[in-house]
Amino acid sequence: MTDENKPIAGDDLPEPVVQRPRINASLVWLVPVLAALVGLSLVIHAWTQAGPTISVSFQSAEGLDPGKTPVKYKNVTIGRVTNVRLGQDRTHVVAKIALEKSAQGFATADTRFWVVRPRIGLGGVSGIDTLLSGPFIGADVGESQEYKDDFTGLESPPPVTHGALGKTFDLQSDDLGSLDIGSPIYYRRIQVGRVSSYHLDEDGKGVTLQIFVEKPNDQFVTKSTRFWNASGIDVSLGADGLKVNTQSLATVLAGGVAFQDPAGPHDATAADENATYRLFNDRATAMAPPDGEPKYIRMRFSQSLRGLAVDAPVEFLGVPFGRVVSINLDFDEKTQTFPTIVGAVVYPQRLGRAHDKLVALAKARGDDEQMSQMMGRLIDQGLRAQARTGNLLTGQLYIAMDFLSNAPKAAYDPTTRPLEIPTTPGSFDKLQEQLAEIVDKIHKIPFDSIGKNLDQSLGELNKTLKQVNASVLPEVKTTLQGAQQTLGNANNMFAPDSQLQQNLGGSLQELQRAARSLRVLTDYLGDHPDALLRGRRADKPLQAQPAQVAPPSAPTQGSKP
Amino acid sequence: MSTLPRACDLGLIGCHVCGLVCRDIRAPDAACPRCGSALHRRKSASYSKTWALLIAAFLVYLPANLLPITRTVSLGDVDDNTILTGVVELWVKGSPYLAVIVFTASIVVPVLKFFALGLLLISSRRRSQWAQRQRAKLFRLVEFIGYWSMLDVFVVALLTALVQFGFFSQVEPLPGVVFFGLTVVLTMFASMTFDPRLIWDGREFDD
Repeated sequence: MTDENKPIAGDDLPEPVVQRPRINASLVWLVPVLAALVGLSLVIHAWTQAGPTISVSFQSAEGLDPGKTPVKYKNVTIGRVTNVRLGQDRTHVVAKIALEKSAQGFATADTRFWVVRPRIGLGGVSGIDTLLSGPFIGADVGESQEYKDDFTGLESPPPVTHGALGKTFDLQSDDLGSLDIGSPIYYRRIQVGRVSSYHLDEDGKGVTLQIFVEKPNDQFVTKSTRFWNASGIDVSLGADGLKVNTQSLATVLAGGVAFQDPAGPHDATAADENATYRLFNDRATAMAPPDGEPKYIRMRFSQSLRGLAVDAPVEFLGVPFGRVVSINLDFDEKTQTFPTIVGAVVYPQRLGRAHDKLVALAKARGDDEQMSQMMGRLIDQGLRAQARTGNLLTGQLYIAMDFLSNAPKAAYDPTTRPLEIPTTPGSFDKLQEQLAEIVDKIHKIPFDSIGKNLDQSLGELNKTLKQVNASVLPEVKTTLQGAQQTLGNANNMFAPDSQLQQNLGGSLQELQRAARSLRVLTDYLGDHPDALLRGRRADKPLQAQPAQVAPPSAPTQGSKP
Repeated sequence: MSTLPRACDLGLIGCHVCGLVCRDIRAPDAACPRCGSALHRRKSASYSKTWALLIAAFLVYLPANLLPITRTVSLGDVDDNTILTGVVELWVKGSPYLAVIVFTASIVVPVLKFFALGLLLISSRRRSQWAQRQRAKLFRLVEFIGYWSMLDVFVVALLTALVQFGFFSQVEPLPGVVFFGLTVVLTMFASMTFDPRLIWDGREFDD
């Protein structure tokens, strides 16, 4: 077909020009090669960056987001959760975590993983930043070199991360109380550590807590430091009144342990790591002098011991000395009475120096160290146990051991075990006696005769009042009526139209008139002194008026002398 | 013969740029005497160039999908998204239409281009006469949609520029978007270097 069309092509068509040779087409293959290289480098990069893949099991996958949730150590991302699935037994979830190459060391036996979520507990708020960024998995690596890729995640952050500076101590307690992992440790109400773990003792008779005290405050834990449980409000209504002990509000709510050195001289060298201490229930017991070996004593009271409770204090000359551990009724066949047997544990060492001296004396005398001999001497000197009222309000009783000067001789057998301390009726009974005396005295007051006398007097008074009513009051009435009449008369007398008033008015007018005449006379005499001698002249006709007024009396009066 | 003559049958060659018809001297480096642009009967080494660019586009398409393209930080919640997770997130978070658009632009279109170009290359090479008209239409479609394939890149660029509220909300581009852009560019180049006339070269008869 090419041949057929050739003639159409005219020779006048322009010839193409020949240019420089263009780039070889095969060079375009550099583009995919380059792309392949870039892709390969990405793959290699990802491969070299990829660390080991580990799986961590948690109780719940809450907040774990495959592909998103990071694993952080000291807030640096060291890996990412790639997959979350349910464990085979469906009790837990397994999170697959792809660690980064640099975090290879985290796949070792003693690494711990936990989910950092916002935790708002009584002990404080933590992980608040995860409220916005979402939970992440925290990691804490130990020193082990042993490879491990299957972990069990912690349900709460470990209270002590590896490499934290400070010391760990063991506390022995009867029970855990309200303490928990993470409960704060206070020194002078400043938080200096946390409870890091606890476990039941092997014999099940106590709990051992491990606490961690941060540097530099760990130096305050000395060999003689006392630890006590500062959690909760310790309200005790004891023989010595109502006592409320608290640490801080947070501790009250969340629990905590406080420690302090006892006052006075003590061994202040810093304690060793992992030293073991006893955890006391409260500060008072913690700070009390060491109890030493407890001794069991028994007391037999023949009176009612209402108000005496187990744990009531036993005091020796006012020093807390022990506590009551049992109260039991007994029956005495001989006397057909029910004495009360009180068992108590006492700590002779609490007496301090007194105890040391007594022991020394006992040794010097050749007695054995046992309390029995010593007690025997003391009882000879009048030592008696007494149930006394500690608190009048509540009626709480305590056992007091005091020396009574007039104590009757008591039977004491130093060989009995446990020791039996002779007793004497307590102050409560005395109080009762006193009350009875008071009641007696009140009884003796002659309320009857007082009442009778009072009754008589009141009768007399009644009579008198009757008399007054019957005789005196009518008299008074008539008198008053008389008085009223008199006053009415007086009133009439002084009325403006009464005779007296009129007479008085007339008299006064007469007097006025007389005075006027006298004046006329004197005036006339002043003008005409001669009238005394010559008599009165005849009146001038023009001056008839004034002459008419005065002359009738004046001339007569004046003419007379 | 019922076949109509083609330019090469007549020993003619047309300039792509200025349209001047020249005589075919069969020299490899011929250039238009009027405008100086290279003359060729068919785009030179169209097959190998297209193949090369297509393969390169496919190679960068892998990291474009595997690497995250955006990092969204909202209220401290850092979220890296690849194209596919972004689509899934859009779908899950209640924008299915948007998810469909993004999915079409970022996944369907590039994959379609790979298949279309591959199909065109293979069928033309085999001088197949199967559905030539449809293939030509397909090629035009590939060329046309090439312009619109950068949607994802635009979205990321726009988000990055617009959403910068510090801690509250922030969008950052990640390397995936570069690879995606490269994919789009390379597929466009591949469709450019393909000579659609090759579709018809195997044709024996014109109807």
